[in-house]
Amino acid sequence: MTPGGTPGAPGVVVVTGVGRYLGAHVAARLAADPRIDRVIGVDPASPNPELADLLSGVERVRLDLDSLGGLLVDLDVDAVVHLALVTAPDPQQGGRAAMKEQNVIGTMQLLAACQRAPRLRKLVVRSSTAAYGVSFRDPAVFTEETEPREVPRGGFGRDILDIEGYVRGFRRRRPDVTATVLRFAPFIGSTADTTLTRYFAQPVVPTVFGRDPRLQFVHFDDALEVLHRSVAEDHAGTYNVAGPGVLSLSQAIRRAGRVAMPVLEPGLAGVAAIARSMGFGRYGLDQVDLFVHGRVVDTTRLEREYGFTPRSTAAAFDDFIRAHHGGVVVTRDQLATAEQLVLEGIRQVRAAVRERP
Amino acid sequence: MSAAEERGDARYDVPLTVPGPDAEPARRNGHRRAAAAAAEPTMKAAPAASDEPDTSADEPAPAPRTGDAVPNKPVAKKAMAKKAVAKKAVARKAVAGKPADGPAERGAGDLTPPGPAVADRPGDHWDRKVAKGLAFLRRRLAGDYEVDEFGFDPDLTDAVFHPLVRLLYRDWFRTEVSGVEHVPAEGAGLVVGNHSGTVALDALVLATALHDRHPERRYLRLLGADLVFRMPVVSEIARKTGGTVACNPDAERLLGNGELVGVFPEGFKGVGKLYADRYKLQRFGRGGFVSAALRTGTPIVPVAIVGGEEIYPMLADIKPLARLLKLPYFPVTPTFPWLGPLGMVPLPSKWLIEFCPPIPTAHLRDSADDPLVVFNLADQVRETIQQTLHRLLERRPDPFGP
Repeated sequence: MTPGGTPGAPGVVVVTGVGRYLGAHVAARLAADPRIDRVIGVDPASPNPELADLLSGVERVRLDLDSLGGLLVDLDVDAVVHLALVTAPDPQQGGRAAMKEQNVIGTMQLLAACQRAPRLRKLVVRSSTAAYGVSFRDPAVFTEETEPREVPRGGFGRDILDIEGYVRGFRRRRPDVTATVLRFAPFIGSTADTTLTRYFAQPVVPTVFGRDPRLQFVHFDDALEVLHRSVAEDHAGTYNVAGPGVLSLSQAIRRAGRVAMPVLEPGLAGVAAIARSMGFGRYGLDQVDLFVHGRVVDTTRLEREYGFTPRSTAAAFDDFIRAHHGGVVVTRDQLATAEQLVLEGIRQVRAAVRERP
Repeated sequence: MSAAEERGDARYDVPLTVPGPDAEPARRNGHRRAAAAAAEPTMKAAPAASDEPDTSADEPAPAPRTGDAVPNKPVAKKAMAKKAVAKKAVARKAVAGKPADGPAERGAGDLTPPGPAVADRPGDHWDRKVAKGLAFLRRRLAGDYEVDEFGFDPDLTDAVFHPLVRLLYRDWFRTEVSGVEHVPAEGAGLVVGNHSGTVALDALVLATALHDRHPERRYLRLLGADLVFRMPVVSEIARKTGGTVACNPDAERLLGNGELVGVFPEGFKGVGKLYADRYKLQRFGRGGFVSAALRTGTPIVPVAIVGGEEIYPMLADIKPLARLLKLPYFPVTPTFPWLGPLGMVPLPSKWLIEFCPPIPTAHLRDSADDPLVVFNLADQVRETIQQTLHRLLERRPDPFGP
């Protein structure tokens, strides 16, 4: 697979999207790995101030993805980690149009640059389990071979399908490059800040009436670990990355001590759009589809190939709960106390009734 | 009339004391956390037990034969003082919500001999029921249960779904089950049945009856049409009770996990047939269930279900209305839609369920893609079910008999 260089850790790594949370953490982690000589972080924008000190060991280049080609050739880059994906449209930064521009066009430009980089031998692309689309005829558990039956309605899902299509084309044209596609379940953890973590952090959580989707999460630290191993080791192919096990949405909400508010499905997308335009949350069709269908993937291939098992979905979610106990409406202790009180009340009433002859 | 005799003694071999309240579903399914948590809060009240016999004590602390009313009441005392009502009564009733799993501790003056004397006093039976119900509620509200990757929720299935269907199949349909020994005690098995009844109650009855009657209390994981999973609420219930979409990946995954899978290859052709066509098996489709069994080497257990056809006898099918509502059929029965919601009550037909001897497939593992083998096997299963149906119908001359 790697005729040009030695297998194993690459010398020079380019990470895209270091201005964002995931990119910054991955770049920092790679920079701390002594096997890797140089880590170059690429992002058109400068990173958030709180991420800046994280990136001390990373050479930062403010660059658009369309001018990446020269950089890859000039610096003899061995590996590219593509993380610059936008998961939900941000009205402040151009909305859905900018999101698609960044996701699809950005990936095309990156792949074009990679194709012309002769020394490149590794490409790691962040994807999502949204690549399986949504359909009522879907099997309960997706393996990497499962083909999407219907194109998803949500923008992110469609972008992911496009991106994976382009990566397939790249693989055909550059079979010498070890291409790894990682389909991540939604990230969760004590520090991660995503659409879904914000969703679960609300005290009252909207759900779709009559649906209780099965969800899977991957802990942010485990996602970092898998990304790191993908760069430092050779793992060609496509892998599902998720915490084993399943939480149903209602169960997750209850475990987090939140209150579910079922909403009728027809018109839900419209409500989400209105809420979005008014600045409440960034829920779109991607989230609605997820909350109707749920999404569970098989991680056997990841565990076998990487020799690494992410912590379970339930454990990852517990970690999130511990960090976000602020908005808890009902706690476990309260429930236990209530149970105790009701039980004693019933016992007293029944005893009183019985004692009366 | 030997058939009548046979029916007579078989009638109530459906256990009347089904595992409802006393079995511990949580532990059986490896969900030990729930059981442990259930015991915990009630423990607190237990030390106050004193002046009255404490029948189902599971207080492990050895406090032998304390006669006075002021023994160790450290935790519960506070709670009770706050309430300050009928302390004596509370103490008497402050029993734990679970059958004794520690050394039984009893108060002085207790005339009953020591031992697990729990059920002879109806009050404590009820007390345990209440405590169990509350613990279940608390567990549900706290999310302290587990679902598998298909969304199966054994906790909910045992506590809510099975008891409801049990009423239906045992008391309303008077179901007799035979041949349950043909269902494998462990490992995978594919149970293939005939489908009928306009509303597919037969699947629910089959799953619950099998669970109740099987010595290993196995769950039947049903495969349902995608229409089931399109409908809100219904899809949620289907998944929580162990169902999933009828497709080969799911079937093979369940069988690969060693589960018992139930399929109805007739699908809507069977459920939606007219009353005039009752007990005539419809086409078995492409035999996808056979190839799933072959690929995993799973034995196929044919099962014949008699009685489902009469619950909603479909006299006519209004096709244009069905098309309008995007349903596979729109039924007209003697009661529906004439009586409105009352027409939804199933007629109390007499049900017979017979499991047939399993058909081994392990030796045919390589032939999963051979259409000839698949069709032959599907035909064999179909013939077996059809003949068993005829035999059962002879045993049941009156569809609404006792």
